[in-house]
Amino acid sequence: MSDLLSVQDLHVTFVTPDRTVHAVNGVSFSVKRGETLGILGESGSGKSVTLRSILKLHPEHRTRWSGSIKLEGDEVLSMTGGALADLRGNRVSMIFQEPATAFDPVFTIGHQIAETIKRHTGKSESDAWKRAKELLELARIPSPAQRLKAYPHEMSGGMRQRAMIALALSCNPSLLLADEPTTALDATVQIQVLLLIRELQRELDLGVIFVTHDIGVAVEVSDRIGVMYAGKLVELGGVEQMVDAPRHPYTRGLLASTVHGGMRGQRLEAIPGAPPDLAEVPAACSFAPRCKYAEAQCLAAPPPLTAATEGHLVRCVGRIDRAISGHLAGNARTHIVDRTGHIPPG
Amino acid sequence: MLLYALRRLIYLVPVAFGVSLLVFALVHLAPGDPISAIVPPDAPKEVVDKLKEYYGFDKPLPVQYGRWLLVTLSGDFGTSIGTGRPVAQEVGSAFGNTIILAIAACLVAFSLAIVLGTAAAYAKSRVVDRLVTSIALVGVSVPHFWLAIVLVIIFSVELGWLPPMGLGPENATGWRLDWPHIRHMILPTIALSVIPLGVMTRTVRSTIKEILSMEFVTALQAKGMNDRQILFHVLKNAAPVCLAVMGLQAGNLIGGSILIETVFAWPGTGFLLNSAIFRRDLPILQGTTLVLAFFFMMLNLTVDVIQTFVDPRIKRG
Repeated sequence: MSDLLSVQDLHVTFVTPDRTVHAVNGVSFSVKRGETLGILGESGSGKSVTLRSILKLHPEHRTRWSGSIKLEGDEVLSMTGGALADLRGNRVSMIFQEPATAFDPVFTIGHQIAETIKRHTGKSESDAWKRAKELLELARIPSPAQRLKAYPHEMSGGMRQRAMIALALSCNPSLLLADEPTTALDATVQIQVLLLIRELQRELDLGVIFVTHDIGVAVEVSDRIGVMYAGKLVELGGVEQMVDAPRHPYTRGLLASTVHGGMRGQRLEAIPGAPPDLAEVPAACSFAPRCKYAEAQCLAAPPPLTAATEGHLVRCVGRIDRAISGHLAGNARTHIVDRTGHIPPG
Repeated sequence: MLLYALRRLIYLVPVAFGVSLLVFALVHLAPGDPISAIVPPDAPKEVVDKLKEYYGFDKPLPVQYGRWLLVTLSGDFGTSIGTGRPVAQEVGSAFGNTIILAIAACLVAFSLAIVLGTAAAYAKSRVVDRLVTSIALVGVSVPHFWLAIVLVIIFSVELGWLPPMGLGPENATGWRLDWPHIRHMILPTIALSVIPLGVMTRTVRSTIKEILSMEFVTALQAKGMNDRQILFHVLKNAAPVCLAVMGLQAGNLIGGSILIETVFAWPGTGFLLNSAIFRRDLPILQGTTLVLAFFFMMLNLTVDVIQTFVDPRIKRG
């Protein structure tokens, strides 16, 4: 099956008169229909920038893109104006981190969903509202007819995020971009929304890119996970591969630094140091300064992305012992069970 | 909605009472006896006393206030000490003239401010933004009476294009919507609109700039809305703040600019107040102030009610 989305060597640079930021430095990945790719990384790792670049949502005059983003064969990076607007919300749509700020506060939910439908399908006002109601039902929102007439501030955070999902699905997109969609929600609501996204993804055979900094969430929703650091993918592989046999020291550090029930009384492991300044293109492994396995060749040149096993790519040249210790894998598993154990029935 | 407006109207009653007390007190706190202003200095004492009795100035202040309030409530604002004509008539015609000028200035200032402010907020080049910001700064800083005089010097004295003063052609009575009258309005309108233009341009620019940086604008782009559709969303979001400032600015204009109306001899409330102050014409002073205060209250009420229409987050409870 051919790829739904194919990103090749994506570079994103923000240029202002005062400074230049190399936010994304050569990212390549692909997503198939019906597949969820989780992109994991800390703040400033370039994960959101990568995601938003798929819709070219950055201010045109300050952003330099290079590389290629192909959606079903169409080059997105060369699109502008009307062609780009036709793509947005139609073939590719997005769920935002904070549903409270991503809805326009002075229009009703129904209006905001209906205007999207009218924009892309040319449906009449009443047909668009009818479809909006169906979408709210699809997003499991109770009493959808009333909710259509509600303003964003009249709904709870979880309801708003469901409405945001309904909005994103309004024009039957083939690719759904989720930018930390559960970060702003309470833990129990978080899981409900995650499950909803997963269910709808299967039901509608969507490709999903799910950006998060929460390793538990990433493991929960993804088929494959990519870990980003300093604007590069440092590791990309299937969930099993990533959890059971992480290859990159950074991925290992992330797994080791998560809190979970099985490690009561133990000292939490942290990754020392802070991510690098992205004012310049990295000339070496960006993680080397924080890596306890760093060697001379790590600082000599940026390491290439190499295949460790089938479908498992790692950007590391270090000769550290790559056999994974049993407790790490076990811990990550326990953690996931812990989270899903809280899922309320239905 | 109607209920909300009604309730707000009822809330105005105590405010109106306070205003009336203040208007009455202010006039009586000021030094100078109105009667001594209208009688010749050598008038016999019994005449002065008779006049004081006639106008009620011989009674204690609370009694004077009570009488004044009752009479005023019945719609009688008394008679002008200066002209002997009913205050209601004097204030009425002056108020009408001021409103005409205020509406013209509001139209000019607000429409220009919305265009300039929006352009500056959207401007990608710093030049456009700086230019508009400078215009706004000049608008709020230039003394408008000075500008009025400069305008008269240039366009009336030097070029002779526009009349320097008055409501309309000399033999005309009252204001009418025709070119000779509009010609007389042009200079005062320009002079009067610079301050609201400056204030509103700054408000519109900063409000829209703030809204443009909000996540929902990105979300609107992400769902494929075009620039015109996004502008509509942005403007509706900017409306509550801008309306509030517009209301205040319009209130100031309706108060009538004493300076501008004096420079252009425009027979409005500002002009009336000015002459009333010099003549110690208490009934006119009180009547004008009261009418203006009342209008200001109504204007604010209107703005508040419109705001609840535009912004659903403002509770009507």
